[in-house]
Amino acid sequence: MAELYRLTVNGVDHDVADAWIGESLLFVLRERIGLLGTKGACEQGECGSCSVLLDGELVCSCLVLAAAQTGRSIVTIEGIAPEGSPTDVQQAFVEAGAVQCGFCTPGLIMATQRLLERIPAPTDTEIREELSGNICRCTGYGRLVSAVVDVARRRAEGDRG
Amino acid sequence: MAEPRTIARERPGRIGDSVLRPDGVEKVQGAYRFSSDLPVEGALWGATLRSPHPSARIVRLDVTPAWAIPGVETVITAADVPGLATYGLVQPDQPVFASDVVRYLGEPIAAVAADHPETCRRALEAIIVEYEVHEPLVDPERAIDGSHPPIHPGGNVIRHQRVLSGDPSVVGDIVVEGDYEIGMQDQAFLGLEAALAVPDPGAAGVELHVATQWLHEDQKQIAACLGLPASAVRLVLGGVGGAFGGREDLSLQVHICLLALRTGRPVRVHYGREESFLGHIHRHPARIWMRHHADRTGQILKIEARFVLDGGAYASTSHAVLTNAITHTQGPYRCENAVVDGWAVRTNNPPCGAMRGFGVVQACFAHESQMDKLAAACGLDPVAIRLRNAMRTGDRLITGQVVESVAPVERCIRETDALALPDEPIGGRFDDPMRLPGGAGLTADRSHIRRGIGWGVAVKNLMFSEGFDDYATARCELADGVATLKFATAEVGQGFITIAPQIARTLLGIDDVVVDRIDTGIGSAGSTSASRQTWMSGGAVDAACRKVRERLFEHVGGRWAVDPLRLVIEDDSVVDSLDPDRRITVSEATAGRRFAETVEFRHRPTQPLDENGQGDCHTAFAFVAHRAVVDVDPDLGLVKVVQIATAQDVGVALNPLSVIGQIEGGIAQGLGLAVMEEIVMRDGRMLNPSFTDYLLPTFLDMPPVLTTLVEEPDPQAPLGAKGVGEPPCISVTPAIVAAIRDAIGRDLHRVPVRPHDICL
Repeated sequence: MAELYRLTVNGVDHDVADAWIGESLLFVLRERIGLLGTKGACEQGECGSCSVLLDGELVCSCLVLAAAQTGRSIVTIEGIAPEGSPTDVQQAFVEAGAVQCGFCTPGLIMATQRLLERIPAPTDTEIREELSGNICRCTGYGRLVSAVVDVARRRAEGDRG
Repeated sequence: MAEPRTIARERPGRIGDSVLRPDGVEKVQGAYRFSSDLPVEGALWGATLRSPHPSARIVRLDVTPAWAIPGVETVITAADVPGLATYGLVQPDQPVFASDVVRYLGEPIAAVAADHPETCRRALEAIIVEYEVHEPLVDPERAIDGSHPPIHPGGNVIRHQRVLSGDPSVVGDIVVEGDYEIGMQDQAFLGLEAALAVPDPGAAGVELHVATQWLHEDQKQIAACLGLPASAVRLVLGGVGGAFGGREDLSLQVHICLLALRTGRPVRVHYGREESFLGHIHRHPARIWMRHHADRTGQILKIEARFVLDGGAYASTSHAVLTNAITHTQGPYRCENAVVDGWAVRTNNPPCGAMRGFGVVQACFAHESQMDKLAAACGLDPVAIRLRNAMRTGDRLITGQVVESVAPVERCIRETDALALPDEPIGGRFDDPMRLPGGAGLTADRSHIRRGIGWGVAVKNLMFSEGFDDYATARCELADGVATLKFATAEVGQGFITIAPQIARTLLGIDDVVVDRIDTGIGSAGSTSASRQTWMSGGAVDAACRKVRERLFEHVGGRWAVDPLRLVIEDDSVVDSLDPDRRITVSEATAGRRFAETVEFRHRPTQPLDENGQGDCHTAFAFVAHRAVVDVDPDLGLVKVVQIATAQDVGVALNPLSVIGQIEGGIAQGLGLAVMEEIVMRDGRMLNPSFTDYLLPTFLDMPPVLTTLVEEPDPQAPLGAKGVGEPPCISVTPAIVAAIRDAIGRDLHRVPVRPHDICL
């Protein structure tokens, strides 16, 4: 067992005690800190279900060693809408029919939030390329693309307004 | 093209509205609890030891070193199974734990419970197993010809069934034939197998929170293995991260319950992705020979076929998958004469069972490839040959069964044909290399790319077949203007929890509908498979709500001293149809009162096939057409699917947005089978049990999908609505392969099409 270490998740410091040093960030977030919104589905960084932001960059938390992330900012699906009401991305996913089983959804929300920060008005190809690291088995992606397009359009309209 | 209708935001929607999922907000917030998200104070972790060999005798099994590891609470083997030692959906032929022989790679041998997943891993490593390794049986033909000794007491043939129809001596002027091969596809649901088992005090029973497709079938099989009455094994549906057939069979259920009962503590088990590939059944790989006889106008006169499905080591649902495959030999086309021979056999490959399309996917790839050969031989185009033979309501199938379902095959083809072809030039409008085959690899030479167009049309049976007592149970309770629905229907992402309240709102004139916890606290709903829940559980909810409405009308009729038959629901009120000014809101009418009804809904009975494959074995049918456009890089053998157009026979779209979601999602899985998805087996070993090596369609692989919903209400269906889940993934696969053939002018006879099939 390792010494106590401290992780900063969604702006809150968490002391991780009595943990095996080999635990992934995904495991520690879910099982030590109790943030179950981040999902594990492949353990190889192929499916994007476990996406979180690490110092603002999108990473697969299944591939990140938790104990090495002290002093960095970790943001999970639970941390993107602190006041509890859904973000525009989350709302658009619901309204566009982009959610079926929902297992890939938290990872896709994280990836979409990051995509629209970097590219506010993405083309269809940019959406597909940027999100191609997130696998969805239910939707065939059509409603997901539609949701992303909706958010980008609404944000542009809001900016103009 | 049918775009989803406007979402009704002002009021909770009725039948036909694109109502949003009730669990949508929880899911986007990460607050929805899947069966992997159920931590309990003091819970142990469980894990399973699996065979590293596809065929071997267990010479020695010693678990004592595992017991010695600190943190290990229990270790169990076959000797610890108190009830039936085997389980299975159709026949209990699969051991809970292998004790003497192992019959496939990954077969469970022992399980442990410990304080941490890492402790579990070390405990499994410590278990000593010595094997006498045998040559595995991997060639299905050797299972048929008897040249390999039986690998199971049940023998190497799971089922042999013929279909003989009409005159076998008929010979056509035009004869085309082919040998076809379908690879092993995985359901690849994102939510890995996971569960929580909580034992009752004194190990008298257990509560299992699990992701499954059929709570009551699980309950029955688990209870038998535990040696407990079914009432002592209570199942609660954990959040299900997709299913697609892969959760119809048991995986971890018995193991986790045994661990919990043995330790007296809650236990969680989570499979990893590799274990998931090893631990659940797959789509049957198949070899199909088919020969079509036709006259010179292209009319089909006779079909001959031989199907060989590799069922792997245990029977699972192979029996029923074979029925579906051989009874769909003709596809959605008229044919009087047929000679079909079907085999489902046992090998030392992984067990195969249900996956979306269930036997029909395999048949459809063969019959649609044949239709294109027939078209070419008759000088017709792919659309003309299909219209020439399109099935209609009232036609007799090769099983002798008459198609009573609405059968808009011709309309599906014509509506698909009417959808616009892509206006994008080859390689995309913006000179974007990402749009070329190979995408980000930037490997394609634009001038070499060839475009092709292909067709596929399918028929799919709905619900269970061959005499199965297929039913669904639902309860509706109406009190104080609120309806509460209770059913054991597994919500796996398809959206039954969205449409069930729509049905209740429409029938009862209310807005507030609560869906109770989905568990075994009510009778079975049957399986969430076979495109059956809209019809079956939808039918049960519909019938329960109608009974409650009758009770409500009796109550109001009594108060008004009028015949309840005069009463109707209008908007939110009960109204006297002969005196429309007399009305009362349902909320007022039910204030302080409670009306509750439980209904078991059955579809009409079906019959088993006789020895010649004759009988009314299916309940109903749905139809679909697909047209695919592809760009192919013949140098590297890479394919970019450019567009899919489809028209699907849905009866009535109860929720158009959900229907579109099913259609697009099914098409993605059919595209996967066409060009990338295959579990590659060699000598009984799985070479690619990971998402790195088993390729799934990504955002970049999926093209735009143009969809027309063909809405012709089916009078046999309780709501006029047919199941929509399976048809999308069936004929899109042959359509894409036909498009690749069209692009490169080469015969392709297996799926998935691999680069070397195209360019070597």
